Amino acid sequence: MDLRGLIGRWPVIRQLRGEDGRGSAARSARTDALRPRTAEADTVARSVCPYCAVGCGQLVYAKDGRVTQIEGDPDSPISRGRLCPKGAASKQLVTHPGRQTTVLYRRPYGTEWESLDLATAMDMIADRVMATRRETWQETVDGKVVRRTLGLASLGGATLDNEENYLMKKLYTALGAIQVENQARI
Amino acid sequence: MAECHPVGFQWVMEAKARGAKVFHIDPRFTRTSAMADAHLPIRAGSDIVLLGALINHVLKGAHDFREYVLAYTNASAIISEDFRDTEDLDGLFSGFQADNASYDPASWSYEGEDVPREREEQARGGRVHAGSASADQYGSGGPSAHPTPHTDPTLTDRRCVYQLLAYHFARYTPKLVEELCGIPRADFQRLANAIVANSGRERTTAWVYSVGWTQHTVGAQYIRAASILQLLLGNIGRPGGGILALRGHASIQGSTDIPTLFNILPGYMPMPHAELHETLEDYLGYAAGDTGFWGNKRSYLVSLLKAWWGDSATADNDFRFGYMPRITGDHGTYATVFGQIDGTVKGYFVIGENPAVGSAGGRAQRLGLANLDWLVVRDLVPIETATFWKDGPEIETGELRTADIGTEVFFLPAASHVEKEGTFTQTQRLLQWREKAVEPPGDCRSDLWFYYHLGKLLRERAGDTEMDAPLRDLTWDYPEEGEHADPSAEAVLREINGTGPDGRALSSYLDLAPDGSTRCGCWIYCGVFADEVNQAARRKPGREQSLVAPEWGWAWPLNRRILYNRASADPQGRPWSERKSYIVWDPDRREWTGPDVPDFEKDKPPDYVPPPGATAQAAIAGDAPFIMQTDGKGWLFAPAGLADGPLPTHYEPDESPVPNTLYGTRASPARKTYRRPDNPANPVAGTRFPYVLTTYRLTEHHTAGGMSRSLAHLAELQPEMFCEVSPQLAAELGLDNGGWATIITSRAAIEARVLVSARVRPLRVAGRTVHQIGVPYHWGWAGGGLVTGDAANDLLGIVLDPNVYIQESKAATCDVLPGRRPRGAALRALIEEYRRE
Ligand code: SF4
Repeated sequence: MDLRGLIGRWPVIRQLRGEDGRGSAARSARTDALRPRTAEADTVARSVCPYCAVGCGQLVYAKDGRVTQIEGDPDSPISRGRLCPKGAASKQLVTHPGRQTTVLYRRPYGTEWESLDLATAMDMIADRVMATRRETWQETVDGKVVRRTLGLASLGGATLDNEENYLMKKLYTALGAIQVENQARI
Repeated sequence: MAECHPVGFQWVMEAKARGAKVFHIDPRFTRTSAMADAHLPIRAGSDIVLLGALINHVLKGAHDFREYVLAYTNASAIISEDFRDTEDLDGLFSGFQADNASYDPASWSYEGEDVPREREEQARGGRVHAGSASADQYGSGGPSAHPTPHTDPTLTDRRCVYQLLAYHFARYTPKLVEELCGIPRADFQRLANAIVANSGRERTTAWVYSVGWTQHTVGAQYIRAASILQLLLGNIGRPGGGILALRGHASIQGSTDIPTLFNILPGYMPMPHAELHETLEDYLGYAAGDTGFWGNKRSYLVSLLKAWWGDSATADNDFRFGYMPRITGDHGTYATVFGQIDGTVKGYFVIGENPAVGSAGGRAQRLGLANLDWLVVRDLVPIETATFWKDGPEIETGELRTADIGTEVFFLPAASHVEKEGTFTQTQRLLQWREKAVEPPGDCRSDLWFYYHLGKLLRERAGDTEMDAPLRDLTWDYPEEGEHADPSAEAVLREINGTGPDGRALSSYLDLAPDGSTRCGCWIYCGVFADEVNQAARRKPGREQSLVAPEWGWAWPLNRRILYNRASADPQGRPWSERKSYIVWDPDRREWTGPDVPDFEKDKPPDYVPPPGATAQAAIAGDAPFIMQTDGKGWLFAPAGLADGPLPTHYEPDESPVPNTLYGTRASPARKTYRRPDNPANPVAGTRFPYVLTTYRLTEHHTAGGMSRSLAHLAELQPEMFCEVSPQLAAELGLDNGGWATIITSRAAIEARVLVSARVRPLRVAGRTVHQIGVPYHWGWAGGGLVTGDAANDLLGIVLDPNVYIQESKAATCDVLPGRRPRGAALRALIEEYRRE
């Protein structure tokens, strides 16, 4: 290969020669061969940013079952493709290494976390709900029927889906648990 | 808005590019201020003075949109002669009951009310209503009042609403604004002139607010004050008008529509109360009005009961109304925390929330957590609420010891927003469906999965006792999908939407029946699955639609984008002006038409007059746009529904460094307090806590940081907890930019980096200089965060708005010292010292 031609194509030289460093002068054989992660995705899911309530549209690109990129959805009449720093960082929310992916258990008076499998944890939680409910059940208060427990309480965040809130309220009501609250109060 | 709802702010900038004037009213200078035409720094907690002065300006100058006001508001209604204003009673309205700090609202009624039954708001002298945050139920429509009150269309009767308003706000002057808010008269004048000039037939003005308005002991009244102003100027129900609540979380609107809240059921129906709602008939008698769309409440409630208890709910058993537990008062999140400390609450579920650092009164929150039998936390990372027992601040001070804390803790990892499908309801009541992109890793599961499978396990454990009957009979059969047997979110959404006698999805809440033949999980969401299509998943690109974009997602109710849009036309159904034309009556086709779904019965003509004794929507006249109100009017004066008065009144925050110069009653007399040793209040007199403390958010973080402090990009952009102080205060206290300061209240002392900035200005208030200190509340000590810091919420006490039980996090008092806070036992000693003095 012609050495001078090679050096001449070196982006630094081209930029020193006065070509715009943001345009063609920034390109090289390597960058020309790069393809955006979005082009290589297997699937694109239409989603919504999980942070504030503007509700910006997101396109979630995935390859081999992993999220590879999250972009603003240009079709959204609300956000027109834009995302703020939080929305733009939301791929990290999903993929960051600090995410806990197994159940943690702390026994009463314990000093460290222990591990527990999910099915066991679910059974233990169900047992505790039933026991607490039975122990704290109120049939009447001041002569009025109440059919409830004040032994259970719940506080949810406002990133819960409507469907999730619905099942929560439905199940808690059937249990007689009334201290059911949400970030919406706060 | 530019800070906390950045992408939404693009529309403000679009409006500005087309000539709109933007005013930013905020204690601190932000990115919004930078883009606004004017920034008006205000003392936190004084906004009703400003809004009241704007109302007074409109009334004094007769700038109101008279035709709109006369036709669409209750300006002409005559109020009971028993009513007394705060002007007469030195800051109290008539009906105040000092023994329980609540109001009996009977004297606020429309004159000559011969309501056939006692209204819920008035039952038991208003105690039950206020005692259980019942005003929350007005999230989709107003309380009950007489549908046709006596009126004075000349607006001159001394007891008509218009005159009462003028009397109530007469002392809210530009001078008072200068005195109490710290806003110079000239700045106020510019704002007032701009608002008036930009309202009327040809123009509309919009107000936008966030928790800077709601997190006060008078929060609901802040919004009421804006409503009064907007109604007087004719800015409600019209394009470019309105009052926009900018909600802070993806689905905080959805979380009230389908509430996980103690006092309401889906669609803002009240949770049954033991005293008022023993039977279904009692409930329907008390809850909401009989006229307006709430008049169909039997259909809404019976359809909900059918959705939950299916075939077992029949007319003979009151559709299982008796299966519902009853509330007896305050069961809100803060009452729950005190219940934990007192030992009545044993088990606690925390789902995507972080009260250990995210709720006011952090120490009380953690003392509550430490006294539980068991705790379930579901989140993406082990947040502080899950780890308080090993690394919380009380462990550091020695107040608690890990080995003494008996709480059993389960941390269950959650699926992220892209690992599950479902809907969020964003800030404009718009539901948007999210597709699932990938499966969640490891043991991570959606909260839908968790509650569905927990429900199955609980139902397996249910016995044949009476107590377990609601659990046994519950409809709980959702199709399962995928390797983890996820319940179908679409099936749940379809149940929320509702089905008819033939089992097909309903398309409108008007199709709901009172006889048990329809099922519907949330009446205001009926239509989201119309024609068996998931309407929330619609994604027709915005550029291929009108500006209203009706085919993107789905808004409740019935896909209406502007609420009460009948008001965009004049009483005869013609546009107020060509420029502001939106929904109009087409006399040839005899229907309402426009780019949006009319928020009115489509074929009800403008000249419709309700026959005597009509109920539900039939009682609403053709020229009454506010169809969820029993009288179809926008309420300038609220004859019912509020726990703290029919008109907004300036009260100082629970903690404030200045006196209330308007009335002898300093703070809201009806505010909800919990005076207990674990929730101390700063004394209002004295000089121990001389500064105003206010909390806020940053663009780069989210609430208490559980979803942002663990992200490298966001952690790097905003790495450290800080406090913003003015150069003047920094000089006074010897604070260095980039150095440390300790902020102290009677609850806590926290440390923060000092940001000396002209963005916070000292204000002249009541003849003295008032310094404000701003702190973001995104940090905590751990929580899987890449960046950590002290929690601002530890500084705050728990004192609430009496209508909706939201805490006053936007205005408190504090002291500031240079340097870092003491460690260990010395920290408690410092706080004790402040509390003693
Ligand atoms: S991208 Fe930013 S503005 Fe848009 S929804 Fe997310 S947090 Fe809100």
